[in-house]
Amino acid sequence: MKRWLPHPLLTPVLAIVWLLLNNTLEPAHILLGLLLGWAIPRFTLPFWPERVRFYSPRAAGRFAAVFLYDVVIANLAVARLILAGPRHLRPCFVSVPLDLTNDLAISLLANTICLTPGTVSAQLSADRRQLLIHALDCADPQALVATIKTRFEAPLKEILEC
Amino acid sequence: MLNFALTLAFALVATAFAMSFFRLIKGPSAPDRILALDTLYINAIALLVLFGIQLASPLYFEAALLIALMGFVGTVALAKFLLRGDIIE
Amino acid sequence: MSPTTEVLLSLLILAGAAFTFIGSLGLVRFKDFYTRLHGPTKATTLGVGCLLAASSIFFSITGEGLSLHEILVSLFLFITAPISAHLLAKTALHQGLPLGFNITRQHDTDIPRMPIKDS
Repeated sequence: MKRWLPHPLLTPVLAIVWLLLNNTLEPAHILLGLLLGWAIPRFTLPFWPERVRFYSPRAAGRFAAVFLYDVVIANLAVARLILAGPRHLRPCFVSVPLDLTNDLAISLLANTICLTPGTVSAQLSADRRQLLIHALDCADPQALVATIKTRFEAPLKEILEC
Repeated sequence: MLNFALTLAFALVATAFAMSFFRLIKGPSAPDRILALDTLYINAIALLVLFGIQLASPLYFEAALLIALMGFVGTVALAKFLLRGDIIE
Repeated sequence: MSPTTEVLLSLLILAGAAFTFIGSLGLVRFKDFYTRLHGPTKATTLGVGCLLAASSIFFSITGEGLSLHEILVSLFLFITAPISAHLLAKTALHQGLPLGFNITRQHDTDIPRMPIKDS
């Protein structure tokens, strides 16, 4: 099982990507997509560092909903700041202490905060305990860190680390 | 209605092109120029999608997908080059 | 095409183009690199996302059958935009670009302490 189907999540994802690329739902393409979805993880096995496991699919769904909502809100906020002009900005660097240890979880957190609350992740420290982020308009760095920790880091911890 | 929206959208995206191009030429630093190139390729995707809608031709989509792939690889390669002085280690 | 879908399409297209425009405007208006980084990564991503949604609806109505492959491009952009932004921010820190504000004024004295070595 583990040898022949090393990444059970990757197979359907690759099949769906194949169907989307071809923009079709023909049975032949579904079969080909499933075949590719099986073959590609099987033959690229040495390149995949670890097996991805979702511990809580429901938390993942909730996280996705929060993420999409925040993307729209953050976009509107950044658009407003750009239109208001540079004089109204309060840019600063904030360093966020991380509780996550999983590589995938840290990457997902960095990606999420890049897209969401007016922040860009700039650097991960060498020991992977601190993430340096740049905020476009930040009145209270402590509150920003608290928001990131409760809104994004806690769900990610629940999803990817037990 | 749709044609008017498309014309206005073309104008907006073209202005976006001009502004990114301004940043590409002005700089002042190398990361600024890379960022401008990155924005330019995203603008190009927007323009191609609009063009596809106007001509009602799904062909432009493939070009948009290719630009998305290549643009990302280009940005990462340039940033990596500035970071390490080398692209492939 | 019914009038309702036409209005919806026009709104999506205009919103998308406006966000793309604003993203590039940020590139011109802001004074230092780190603030400039925000415009293209955020506004532009949603802008192109809106345009791709409009394209998906348009081809689903006019073409034969559902057209969903636009999702791929938006998904790809959503995954790659933060990575480019992160790499560019890291490059800028590495090159020591000016921060655009006075460090001592702020609470973030930990920037020079951050190891610039790779992580």
